[in-house]
Amino acid sequence: MKTKGRKLDGPKLINLENAESVSFKKQYIVFFAVLLLVMMIYLARLWYLQALCGQYYRYQSENNRIRVEDVEAPRGIIFDRNGVPIVENRPAYDLMIVREDVKDLNGTIEELARLCECDPSDLFSIVDANKATPKFVPIRLVSDIDRDCLARVAAELIRLPGVEIEIAPKREYNWDGTAAHLIGYLSQITEGEMKSGKYPGYYPGEDIGKVGVEYGFEKYLHGVRGHRQVEVDAVGRRVRLLQEQPPVAGHDLWLTIDMDAQRTAESLLADKSGAIVAVDPNDGEVLAFASSPTFNQEKFIKGLSESDWMGLSKDPGHPMLNRVSGAAYAPGSTYKPLVALGALQAGAINPTTTFSCPGYMPFAGREYHCWRKGGHGTISVERALMQSCDVFFYHTGLVMGVDRLAEYVKMFGLGQKTGIDLPGENAGLIPTSAWKRRATGHPWEKGETISISIGQGYDLVTPLQMAVAYGAIANSGKLWTPYVVKRIEGMAPGEVKEAEPMLKRQIPVDQRWFELVQKALSEVVSDPRGTAHSLYDPAMPMAGKTGTAQVVGLGRGRAGQNDKDNAWFVAWAPAADPKICVAAIIEHGGHGGSAAGPLVKQVMMTYLKIKHEPAQKPAHK
Amino acid sequence: MMDRRLIENFDWSVIWTLAAILCIGLLSIYSAVYPQIQARPTNNLFLKQIIWLAVGLSIMGASLFVNYQRLKALSPWLYGLIVFLLIIVLVVGRDVHGSKRWLEIAGFQFQPSEFVKIIIIIQLANYFSSQDVATFPSIRKLLFPVGLTILPVLLVLAEPDLGSAIALAAAAGSMILFVGVRWRYLAVVALTIIPLVLPVWQKVLKPYQKQRVLILLSPDRDPLGAGYHIRQSKIAIGSGMLWGKGFLNGTQNKLHFLPEKQTDFIFSVWAEEWGFVGCAVLILLFCLLIFLILRIAARSRDRFGSLIVVGVGGLIMWQALINIGMVLGLLPVVGITLPFVSYGGSSVIALCLAVGLAENVSMRRYVFQSH
Repeated sequence: MKTKGRKLDGPKLINLENAESVSFKKQYIVFFAVLLLVMMIYLARLWYLQALCGQYYRYQSENNRIRVEDVEAPRGIIFDRNGVPIVENRPAYDLMIVREDVKDLNGTIEELARLCECDPSDLFSIVDANKATPKFVPIRLVSDIDRDCLARVAAELIRLPGVEIEIAPKREYNWDGTAAHLIGYLSQITEGEMKSGKYPGYYPGEDIGKVGVEYGFEKYLHGVRGHRQVEVDAVGRRVRLLQEQPPVAGHDLWLTIDMDAQRTAESLLADKSGAIVAVDPNDGEVLAFASSPTFNQEKFIKGLSESDWMGLSKDPGHPMLNRVSGAAYAPGSTYKPLVALGALQAGAINPTTTFSCPGYMPFAGREYHCWRKGGHGTISVERALMQSCDVFFYHTGLVMGVDRLAEYVKMFGLGQKTGIDLPGENAGLIPTSAWKRRATGHPWEKGETISISIGQGYDLVTPLQMAVAYGAIANSGKLWTPYVVKRIEGMAPGEVKEAEPMLKRQIPVDQRWFELVQKALSEVVSDPRGTAHSLYDPAMPMAGKTGTAQVVGLGRGRAGQNDKDNAWFVAWAPAADPKICVAAIIEHGGHGGSAAGPLVKQVMMTYLKIKHEPAQKPAHK
Repeated sequence: MMDRRLIENFDWSVIWTLAAILCIGLLSIYSAVYPQIQARPTNNLFLKQIIWLAVGLSIMGASLFVNYQRLKALSPWLYGLIVFLLIIVLVVGRDVHGSKRWLEIAGFQFQPSEFVKIIIIIQLANYFSSQDVATFPSIRKLLFPVGLTILPVLLVLAEPDLGSAIALAAAAGSMILFVGVRWRYLAVVALTIIPLVLPVWQKVLKPYQKQRVLILLSPDRDPLGAGYHIRQSKIAIGSGMLWGKGFLNGTQNKLHFLPEKQTDFIFSVWAEEWGFVGCAVLILLFCLLIFLILRIAARSRDRFGSLIVVGVGGLIMWQALINIGMVLGLLPVVGITLPFVSYGGSSVIALCLAVGLAENVSMRRYVFQSH
């Protein structure tokens, strides 16, 4: 081309009609030469493949036994904030079948069912479901077979062409049932989920996270499956590995959870129904997330049997219910500090406003009682919080009115989702008159304002919302969005994604009102008259509020065994320099100060390492 | 009716060579889909291909009646139409395995990416044959045809259909080179692109990003990610040995080992059953066909005709070279079909039209030209 280019560079104008057949001549030669050259290379390649290596490929094609196997990626490991692994992976053995290599499919399946002591019809239905899969692709018949079955099948393997045992990573829970609602569990992807488009590239039969972190962070935890090409002999035994594309493990997650605090909270809840949640009031990190009763995640791995599932879902204790962020309760008296802050800011009351509490308040021909029959006498907001006077807040609520009250309380994040990075959050409910008209068709009644101003009636909150709201009281108005995943470690080495604390809003309430309520809540514990003085400990000054919420209308726990009130305690510590804020609810626990308070205190002491008591870690396996 | 002179100059050798290649194609397709036909007689791809072929040959015959000179005026309109269709297909195209290539019009499905190849050839021939574009055009005059080519190439890449984009670029590229590009332009392009691409590919991109780019360009590329298809293709070809296993005796394709066996991997099916001898015959037929097409180009009296036929030859040649190279494991799998052999309606019709253009030029080589 080069020489030709130069030659033709000279005369710029060419007589097209005459010159072109001449001028293209060399191009035609080059064009055809390229074709001939490449085709010669191809013929040489064909000669190499067909004549020189022909015998080898003929043999290969007659015994075409090259299989592509999937290699499942291990899911990411879940650590607590200090690097203690909560969930890891262990090798599990799956029973696979390659139909092309099986001599007698029915006989083989009957035999496998006998060896594994399972129902042959289950195995047949799996084979039927995979009719469209090419015959040389292995199908998973039984996942995670136990050691006895493994031993029996392994011994018979030689007699069972086409049967394989595959090792795949499976979830291992270092403390089974711990933080189960937070972590979630895995089970097989359903047909609906496959079609939903949310799981591109997933295969039928793969495990996916169903609730909690395992669900919410599925795309990080899942990893990328690998493939392996192996040559197998006539009965399907591997002869050699031809090529491998190794799987890429999922991202590891570091949670904000402190395992010591978590374990303490769970052991305290062991024989109770309820929840304990702890957050860091300085950034919204969730330190403990305990819901009781809990469930066994391990059970889901092998696939839950029908009866197991019915047992779990019909259990009157509702073990699958996430009581921290998925269930809403009446807040009871723990609501009062929020009412106080709203009323102070709105100017409905001031620090010197007093109401008289004779033990009850008459209204519209009815008597609304204070919890203390004898009454609190003439009382101001600070002492009303300390002693949890109901009548003071009845009056305050009436002055505020339902809608103005809701407006202020919602600033603390109640009645809406906190936005935590976990699925299945309950928004709770802070009623307004418009809401009631919409929901029931009836107008709001003033008597209802009286109930809601002490956290009864329509008020519904989740323990998580309360912990976050009290955190905002403790830090004078910073409402953080709580989060549980602190760090995502990348698939590529050194790639790390850190969660950023997210300030939802600075609550527009004056600093002086925050200081007043902080002082009052501190006195709840420190003052001998306070409702939680029994928790007083000079080693750990804390500030908080008790709550005892009636369970009318909860609908749950009507089984007769108890209709005692739900016990609440929400507090932070240390009182002057808040590092942890804990909300606890014990269903039917009775009085908040005595039933829930000691639990909160214990979790705080564990976290702050006061009288350090480490949670028991499992012996390494 | 047609002038006797036109018929005299019809190049029958091209038609006979083409017929031989088409026969090989039909035999291979029959063999590839034979197990499928037995399982589901209603979906007979072999019969469908025969119908497509009949349609293609009829369109080709009909096209001969229209003087190719008329395409000069039509070509900008055709170009506009096909670019429009390529955009439309991205919006409303039918999604098959993650790529949008098919347009449905009045119940018929077709791939605009097959037809854009011919239209680009006509449009470039039109541009390069205009009076003011001499041989070895200046850089300014080259920018226009390069731009004309790049727009549809990008649209086809977006479907994504890497194979068609490469064939398109290769056919257009050979036409541009044919007209003549100054050596220093090529050097400048090579010297700017190569030092940029290699370090970016090797140093900047992480392996998974490379994988993503490759998958983005061609989602049907080796989904198992480990050369499984190529290995199976090599086994099929190699096991054919010298004389082949005989018609319908191939084992590789029956067991579903060969992916896309009636389209991209049709050469392996042929190679398995007809051996080295069959492959050599097919390769020689392709060489002969391209030789005959180039002969038409060389004999053409005007530049427009020559360039059209060169484009047609280039298109067929590059598709054949890339497809066979890929099946032999010498080139990466990009999803390109073997002209006249692979199954596919749009492809066969477009290619028949292309050969029809070459014949059109051949027939009118002694007819008086208007300019």
